[in-house]
Amino acid sequence: MSTAASARAADLRAGDAKAAPLGAPKTAAGKVAVWADERTGIAKGASVMLKKVFPDHWSFMLGEVAMYSMIICLLTGVFLTFWFVPSMGEVAYQGSYLPLKGITMSEAYSSTLAISFDVRGGLLIRQIHHWAALMFVVSLSVHMFRVFFTGAFRKPREINWVIGTILSMLALIEGFAGYSLPDDLLSGTGIRAAEGFMRSIPIVGSWVSYIVFGGAFPGEAIIPRLYSVHILLLPAILVGLFAAHLILVMVHKHTQYPGPGRTENNVVGFPLMPVYTAKAGGFFFLVFGLLTLISALVTINPIWAYGPYDPSPVTAGSQPDWYMGFADGALRLLPGALEFEIFGFTLSLNVFLGAILLIPVMYTITGAYPFIERWVTGDNREHHLLDRPRNAPTRTALGVAAITAYIILFLAAGNDIMAIRLQMSINDITEALRVLFFVAPVLAFWVTKRICLSLQRHDRDTVLHGRESGTLVRTAEGKYYEVHEDLDPYTRWKLVSFESPAPIAIGSGKDANGVSSKAAKKERRRAKLSRFYFKDRVEPVTPAELAAAHHHGEHEAIEAPSAAPQAVKRAKQD
Amino acid sequence: MNALAARRRHPAAIALLLVLGLALVGAAYSLFAPKPAQAAATAVSADAINEGRQLFLSNCASCHGLSAEGTKSGPTLIGVGAASVDFQVGTGRMPLSAPNVQAPRGERVMYDEKQIAAMAAYVASLAPGPAIPDEKVSSGEGGDAALGGELFRVNCAMCHNVSGAGGALTRGKYAPPVQGVEGKYIVEAMLTGPQSMPVFDDKNINEEGKASIVNYLKTFESQPNVGGMNLGNLGPVSEGLFIWIFGLALMIGTAFWLGQKAA
Ligand code: HEC
Ligand code: HEC
Ligand code: HEM
Repeated sequence: MSTAASARAADLRAGDAKAAPLGAPKTAAGKVAVWADERTGIAKGASVMLKKVFPDHWSFMLGEVAMYSMIICLLTGVFLTFWFVPSMGEVAYQGSYLPLKGITMSEAYSSTLAISFDVRGGLLIRQIHHWAALMFVVSLSVHMFRVFFTGAFRKPREINWVIGTILSMLALIEGFAGYSLPDDLLSGTGIRAAEGFMRSIPIVGSWVSYIVFGGAFPGEAIIPRLYSVHILLLPAILVGLFAAHLILVMVHKHTQYPGPGRTENNVVGFPLMPVYTAKAGGFFFLVFGLLTLISALVTINPIWAYGPYDPSPVTAGSQPDWYMGFADGALRLLPGALEFEIFGFTLSLNVFLGAILLIPVMYTITGAYPFIERWVTGDNREHHLLDRPRNAPTRTALGVAAITAYIILFLAAGNDIMAIRLQMSINDITEALRVLFFVAPVLAFWVTKRICLSLQRHDRDTVLHGRESGTLVRTAEGKYYEVHEDLDPYTRWKLVSFESPAPIAIGSGKDANGVSSKAAKKERRRAKLSRFYFKDRVEPVTPAELAAAHHHGEHEAIEAPSAAPQAVKRAKQD
Repeated sequence: MNALAARRRHPAAIALLLVLGLALVGAAYSLFAPKPAQAAATAVSADAINEGRQLFLSNCASCHGLSAEGTKSGPTLIGVGAASVDFQVGTGRMPLSAPNVQAPRGERVMYDEKQIAAMAAYVASLAPGPAIPDEKVSSGEGGDAALGGELFRVNCAMCHNVSGAGGALTRGKYAPPVQGVEGKYIVEAMLTGPQSMPVFDDKNINEEGKASIVNYLKTFESQPNVGGMNLGNLGPVSEGLFIWIFGLALMIGTAFWLGQKAA
């Protein structure tokens, strides 16, 4: 019996017998690969990675632009460290920029001048570093917009959204630290402002400032400290978080836009190797090349024009880099009346709110959004298919409202420049922006939501009645009508395959015995929010509706109403 | 031509158009940007004073009064000195074309050098005031650029911006750009303090200091734009706009283009 059994087992295993061992590798690369695999077992992991599939869409490349910009910052940053001297020790400038010859300045400033004028290629690298830093924050923000408006942050990707939010905040701080290093008049003014911000923290403000600056402002410590933060601490955290971000993308697999053949359970795209890797590698060089081109053609942060930092002069048009602009704008908008005395202490809420609280509050709300939305919708399913922004009108409108508020703050940071360019009064501009900060987001919300809803209605019409072909037909009786072309099933699938949840019914807020309970109240709040989200909605065309619209008999694959969307989909996959 | 038509809708076309547009705007700007007016000091005589009085009566008295004592529509000119007239008329600010929060620098200068000198002489004859500065000071030759830079950053940058690009003041007033302004007018502006600008007399910034400021501004202007286009020297705001509009368009254009390439 045992023989029979083992014979059968052998029989069964015959099919999956180990493949014959591969012969010794022939190429050099093959030898290295085998050598590495035998010592690290890397092949298994690599093969999993290389079989990952990525969908193709230009908006999925925004995150890549951010990644490449960061890498470019890292590379050029290393070059800068070879010459930059992070010290506030004073020297008399003896370099080749004439208008500053003999001026006393910090070593940080003089070494940045040296990088700009006396180190071969130094200015180009400095400009690449700075333009890449700006591009980093720009692409990261737009990447965030993409993720937000398509609902890619939904389960299971909430953690990655939070990581992204932290990355974005740290990028701002990293940028600010770097911007402050050259110790020129503009960035020095920025540090001076930052010091003022710290002091505006109620009660502990002055201590915080003393600790950060190692004594009274400006002291000797701030540049070396910012330097450690800028080249060591934050880059390490950024790279670490970024790695986690990428790993999670691998684990979750990439999301995709809805389309035929694309389901919650698959990813349609190209494998990492070789197609995607080649594309991505090519894209890296394109990004690097374009940033280099910009840096070779356009000046950024001409610190020589600003002169060394010195606490007495202040310059018109002193602004932080754009990504800090919104905080600066908030400061310019907050009315001075928010500063008052209490128990003999001055409480500078006008500064504190804008400078210290704004950024954490903004990022907390951003980071919490997926959880808020999930709580409102009660939707606990996984989502790998993206929403078209119009199909989530309230979310889209909220996002646009938030961006509008941000833009108003950003514009406020340029109120002086607007005043001079548009020949208007800076006071009027500031007043107007104060009002707009509250009005514009509400307006933007309303307009966006209307636009989304009407786009959805338009989609419905298109599905039901086909696309206007532009061909007019004259009937025998002399009537005219326009021929509507039927949608092809691929396009139609895109237009009908979404969900439009109905709001949760509002309870009374009281439990069965008519006593208002905490839990019931919470439910009531939730129902209210749910109404806010889903009160106005357009439902996707159901197969029954489609069939009715096609009652002239040209309907195809649609039989049982409930199974129809799947039927359409399956038909396409074949 | 056909190839062009076929590519018209190519995603890269948008990026290309943007580049073209920007280049055109830049070129147009450099063509139309105001050039500093030319003028030079000339000698003064009784004839000149008389001629100046005539010119003044026919062109300026309506606002400044028949004997320059001032009216509702213009301040008195008694004691403002030749420097003030030379500055105001030489930069095209006067005669004022329309009441405004601040007299803007004129597109063109209405009078020739001799006429301006005559009016300046007339106003100077009314009461002593700052004279038109020496060539020595206004050429900036004796000055030291580095010293001038420090003086400029301490005294002028808060209104005129460190790189002299100008800046906004309250209620629609502004400090104009000082790049490209002739040395003489720079010194005269300091001497007379036009409108919201304070007076910097010789106790404040001495002649050497003034010459140094001129020298600095001229040296600064003559420095080549080592880093490339300077985006109007407006600082981080223009850099931010540039990267958002131009940089982002370039990156998205590239991503799009790459996406279109068959895998
Ligand atoms: C339309 C009215 C008007 C006319 C015409 C006019 N001015 Fe004026 N002028 C003004 C006003 C208003 C000011 C004050 C500007 C300010 O401070 O904003 C002024 C200021 C001046 C000043 C500066 C005074 C100071 O305090 O330093 C001078 C000099 C001057 N004008 C000269 C002239 C001369 C010379 C003419 C004739 C060529 C002339 N103006 C024509 C309205 C006029
Ligand atoms: C309080 C702000 C302020 C300060 C400080 C200041 N200016 Fe001005 N400046 C102005 C204003 C306002 C005008 C415009 C006057 C006008 O249009 O008549 C002006 C005009 C000028 C002009 C004439 C520019 C032109 O378009 O013709 C020059 C040159 C100038 N200033 C130089 C200086 C220098 C040099 C200093 C430093 C020593 C200085 N300013 C300090 C406000 C200021
Ligand atoms: C992704 C992250 C980074 C961002 C956003 C960033 C941003 C900046 C900015 C805006 C500046 C001011 C540049 C200027 O002078 O105009 C700067 C300066 C500098 N950065 Fe970075 N940086 C990053 C990473 C790094 C890294 C990793 C290093 C070092 C290994 C580095 C080294 C430096 C040095 C030495 C300077 C001062 C020299 C100079 O100002 O020219 N940076 N950085």
